[in-house]
Amino acid sequence: MEAAIQLRGVEKRFGEIVAVDGLDLDVPPGICLGLLGPNGAGKSTTMRLLTGQAIADAGELTVLGHQLPGDSKAARAKMGVVPQLDNLDVDVTVEDNLRVFARLYRVKDIGPAVDRALDLARLQDRRKDAVDELSGGMRRRLLLARGLIHQPPLLLLDEPTVGLDPQIRTELWTLIDGLRSEGVTILMSTHYIEEAQRLADEVAVMTKGKIIARGRPNELIAEHAGRETAELYGPPEFLRDARLRAEGEGLKVRPAGPAIAIVGSENAGNGAVPDEAIRRAASLEDVFVLLTGEEAE
Amino acid sequence: MRRLDPAAIGGIMSREVANFRTFWKATTFSSVLEPTVYLLAFGLGLGATLIDRVDGLSYVEFVGTGMVATAVIFSSALPAMFGTFVKHRFQRTYDAILAAPVDVEELVTAEMLWIGLRAGVYGCFPLLVSMLFGLDPAFGMLLVPIFCFFTALGFAAFGIAVAASVAKIDQFNYVTTLVITPLFLVAGTFFPISGLPEAVQAVAQLNPLHHLVELVRHSAFGFVATDLIRFAVLVAFAVVLWRVAVRRMSARLID
Ligand SMILES: Nc1ncnc2c1ncn2[C@@H]1O[C@H](COP(=O)(O)OP(=O)(O)OP(=O)(O)O)[C@@H](O)[C@H]1O
Ligand SMILES: [Mg+2]
Repeated sequence: MEAAIQLRGVEKRFGEIVAVDGLDLDVPPGICLGLLGPNGAGKSTTMRLLTGQAIADAGELTVLGHQLPGDSKAARAKMGVVPQLDNLDVDVTVEDNLRVFARLYRVKDIGPAVDRALDLARLQDRRKDAVDELSGGMRRRLLLARGLIHQPPLLLLDEPTVGLDPQIRTELWTLIDGLRSEGVTILMSTHYIEEAQRLADEVAVMTKGKIIARGRPNELIAEHAGRETAELYGPPEFLRDARLRAEGEGLKVRPAGPAIAIVGSENAGNGAVPDEAIRRAASLEDVFVLLTGEEAE
Repeated sequence: MRRLDPAAIGGIMSREVANFRTFWKATTFSSVLEPTVYLLAFGLGLGATLIDRVDGLSYVEFVGTGMVATAVIFSSALPAMFGTFVKHRFQRTYDAILAAPVDVEELVTAEMLWIGLRAGVYGCFPLLVSMLFGLDPAFGMLLVPIFCFFTALGFAAFGIAVAASVAKIDQFNYVTTLVITPLFLVAGTFFPISGLPEAVQAVAQLNPLHHLVELVRHSAFGFVATDLIRFAVLVAFAVVLWRVAVRRMSARLID
């Protein structure tokens, strides 16, 4: 089947900065692709290229069969966008916020569309309230529902839960997961490992404007981190010594906050991993930190 | 998809209407109060003591008709400047709108139309208030909302272009001091242009507000043939500034 999103050699520069650097990316229909990358990797710039709010300096972009930027308006009519930062109209009612976007997306039957969005956001009983009377979680649900007002087959989520407290985050994850099972194609940028692991069918690790690894979370873990990771806590000298010893054995070691993580510990020879280390299954976090060199959140 | 799609423009205007419903009372209150205060102060103060008649009109008639232009520039250029800046930088409203099938041209056009319509209505308030102070109604006045609408379109576009060009909101001070205040003072609202040095008079002919002032006065006291030219100037002003605003906003909103 034709990819919902297809990027070939896409480049975007801001003066000296190369935000997107020869990006190739395919998103097949019906999957949730997690674009996982540290700050400044170029995730938001990629999203803005897809909505025509940034114009690429080079490369080809196709969204749902529409060539960008020329045909970008037609592409936008078929995609929903949920921004990283809340941009609802705070003085206006919940219902009016939805109604305006129903018009902008040329929805034919506005009433039923607004009702459906209110159901999705579980805000039927708050429809007449101004947005600034809502809780943080309700606002995020409304933002998501607004992006879905026209029932798009493709959804762009730019760091959908950044800066939210864990309860709201879980709530949104449930909503997003529901959309995924309904067959909506989702491109979601995030720098939360857990978010990618929970929601994404496939993960593309992005850094410095390029995709450096791509696959199902389990495949990526098996390929880059092996089966098991050993985490070790202790005073700095102890950790330094342990690190040298493990690296001497050819193991990969990464920082993990106050601890170190010895990746691929299932292959360690005798004494390479101290006994007090906590052995756990290798994770996407291990992959991320090894590949990007950045500590994960 | 089509260019300047009425559905997109209507959608953006409906957003403005929804927001306006939350603050129309304050806006309307000040739009009535302001001309009243000015007419009391200038009309009754100056008119009753220092000035007898200006260009054959009583001072209340003169200022009351002239103040339509004041109302128009203050309900178009300023809301466009501040509104655009706030929606773009602080509320990120334009990010949301442009992620929908809407382009910058539709966005700018819709914002201009809404401000034009609003100023078309609020521009009439000084005239209505002046009637309470003795201005006689005239049929020609029915055209005033149209004159106000086109003038406001131009100044709304001006405000949008300014908002798209400044780096910080403080820089609006330069624009108000260097552009808006002079335009509003040398429009012939409070004193006739004819008393000014010739060079200034010539410059005043480039001031759209001056043409609006003249058109409104003539709507009350009789049109003349050159009014067609004045109206054409207002329309041209709106069209040129519209294109400038679309350009400036595209440069600002699309990376
Ligand atoms: N409008 C702009 N002007 C100048 N530089 C920009 C602009 N937008 C992005 N950049 C730069 O491009 C690079 C990529 O930024 P981008 O916002 O795409 O990263 P990101 O992966 O979304 O990061 P984050 O996780 O912090 O949101 C950064 O170096 C950023 O400073
Ligand atoms: Mg970002």
